[in-house]
Amino acid sequence: MSGDLITGLAGVLAATAPILFVVIGETIGERGGVINLSLNGLVILSAMVSFAVATTTGSLVAGFIAGMAVGALTGLLVAFCSITLRQSQVAIGFVLTLLCRDLAYFLGSRFMNMSGPTVQGVSIPGLEHIPIIGALFFQQDVVTWLSFVAIGLAWWWMFKTRPGLTLRAIGEQPVAAYARGARVNRLRYAYTIAGSSLVGFAGAAYSLSVKAGWRGTISGLDGIGWIALAIVVFGGWNPVRAALGAYLFGLLQWLGVVLQSCLPGVPSQVLQVAPFPLMILALLLVNIGNADWVEKTLVRLPPGAARGVRNLLRALRASPPAALSQPYETP
Amino acid sequence: MKSRTDRTEGFGTGVLMRIGAFGLALVCVSVVLLLAGVAPLDAFREIMGGAVGSWSDVGYVLRAWVPLLLAAVGLVVTFAAGLWNIGIEGQIMMGAVFATGAFRVMESQTLPPVMAVLLCVVAGIVGGVLWGALVGVLKTFGGVHEIFGGLGLNFVASALTLWLIFGPWKRPGVGSMSGTMPFPEQLWMSELVGMHVSPWALVLGLAGVLLVHLLLKNTHLGLRLKAVGANACAASRFGIPVSRQIMLAFMLCGALAGAAGALQVAAVYHRLIPSISSGYGYLGLLVAILAGYRALWCLPIALFFAAINVGSIQLPIVLQVDSSLGGVLQGLLVLFILMADGARRRWWAGRAA
Repeated sequence: MSGDLITGLAGVLAATAPILFVVIGETIGERGGVINLSLNGLVILSAMVSFAVATTTGSLVAGFIAGMAVGALTGLLVAFCSITLRQSQVAIGFVLTLLCRDLAYFLGSRFMNMSGPTVQGVSIPGLEHIPIIGALFFQQDVVTWLSFVAIGLAWWWMFKTRPGLTLRAIGEQPVAAYARGARVNRLRYAYTIAGSSLVGFAGAAYSLSVKAGWRGTISGLDGIGWIALAIVVFGGWNPVRAALGAYLFGLLQWLGVVLQSCLPGVPSQVLQVAPFPLMILALLLVNIGNADWVEKTLVRLPPGAARGVRNLLRALRASPPAALSQPYETP
Repeated sequence: MKSRTDRTEGFGTGVLMRIGAFGLALVCVSVVLLLAGVAPLDAFREIMGGAVGSWSDVGYVLRAWVPLLLAAVGLVVTFAAGLWNIGIEGQIMMGAVFATGAFRVMESQTLPPVMAVLLCVVAGIVGGVLWGALVGVLKTFGGVHEIFGGLGLNFVASALTLWLIFGPWKRPGVGSMSGTMPFPEQLWMSELVGMHVSPWALVLGLAGVLLVHLLLKNTHLGLRLKAVGANACAASRFGIPVSRQIMLAFMLCGALAGAAGALQVAAVYHRLIPSISSGYGYLGLLVAILAGYRALWCLPIALFFAAINVGSIQLPIVLQVDSSLGGVLQGLLVLFILMADGARRRWWAGRAA
């Protein structure tokens, strides 16, 4: 039984890897002040393109590069439309999310159900036999390892380096950042494109590893981008907290699959959408501390209970970068 | 949202750039078609033929036009209040679910059919209003952004629809993806001779457009909604109860979306099917964006988009390509027009001012 549990958890770590890249990529972009709403379509399109490229060339590396290129191009488009042309970031992102999805289904129909190369798991000799940890961490594939690295790297860059400080500044106080010498719009371009490339990488990670292959509308990728956007909010725009959110999501999804086999009475459609009400609930917990009526209600509770609830809400509360989705005009 | 002066100044360049954007969208679609190994002209001819080739095709286009139109003008209301009601997809589905529920009750009643159908449409509207209000409650009392609340509820509505089709409302025997049992024919909305479109649906669609147009142009409520959309903080200082306007906007949009869903059941499919909304909610967002958030402009744009949708249905059979090509064309069109508008305001109109 405990062996099953370890295998399950190792599976969760691997299955969550792609969504981690999406979440980290979007966190980086939003920290810079640009919201990229095209994630949902972008994941689908980059998954299709990476699979198509990897299958035609036989090279996994080419597939991953193609996925990232799709991401970078979409990011460039989002940045150009919102930063240079000052169109609504939400409108542009929404149009792109539909466009990317339809484009993927249209161009991908030729590659439906073909068998292509997949990323193989690698065990690290010596470390793989350590009880529990060995199975969890040292029998994974490269994508999963990279996802661990990405969490740490993003956190270190954002909170421990000088450029990371500037990144947070252009998202919070672009005017002040500009006064300190930051080229706000140029940096926003760079971070939007970089973040979007990570999303493209995630698409490749799906079609070449976690959900290998391309099966059109039933590839099971529709919806992931929206969940990722919600996890970014839940994560309070912090890569580590967002990663915890992503793992929590992966764990719940796995539990859903396990529960499905234990409870045959529950229709499969119900457990498949379980993540979405959970997403609403999670966002409710993060945001409800900001509402006026909560404080008014808490006053009526016994002081001990009220303090507990208040502390909990404060710990969960997250607020977005102040200049998120606001255009910045260079003086 | 554009001001009046912005619209008149540089009108000529605006029209030219929109035509240019349209041409660019066609060029891009041609490239996509060539990538898929199809001659672009064949595909365009096929789409045109599929949309206006015969009176019956025109009827199908009009039939798709009405729900899309209702969704788009509903969104004009929420956009006026500055809200992104992405949850409209779920509001359409719940409209359809409630209408189907009402139809199932009506089957065993002896009401005059006109009365029964009317009640079902009202039930659909109620369903849409409730689902829209839910997004509003999550936003105003829970602080959950309407994009996430709405999206989450879309997936919930879609799961509920599937569960009803395969569970409590399944066909005798076993549930199937083709939906619930069709209703008896006397409960179908009457259709024009030779065209598969109900005149009542057309009336309802046009009434929806007129309602939204007048509401936003001529009423105090419309003014308050626009005030909230323009600057919620200032509106609140001015004494406008912001949460109430937000709730109203979501419920109004939900009502129109619910009517669209009810029509999908009463006038199009005559049963509940898994993809009952036909994606008209998301497409309606594109229509409303392209219409510059103005109700009357939704009329021609929704008609054009409905024609593209209906025209691409035959593509898989005739040219062996996926029908999502229609979506690619619509998406590219909106993208390029948004870019053209941005470019005009940034480089051309800016120079004139």
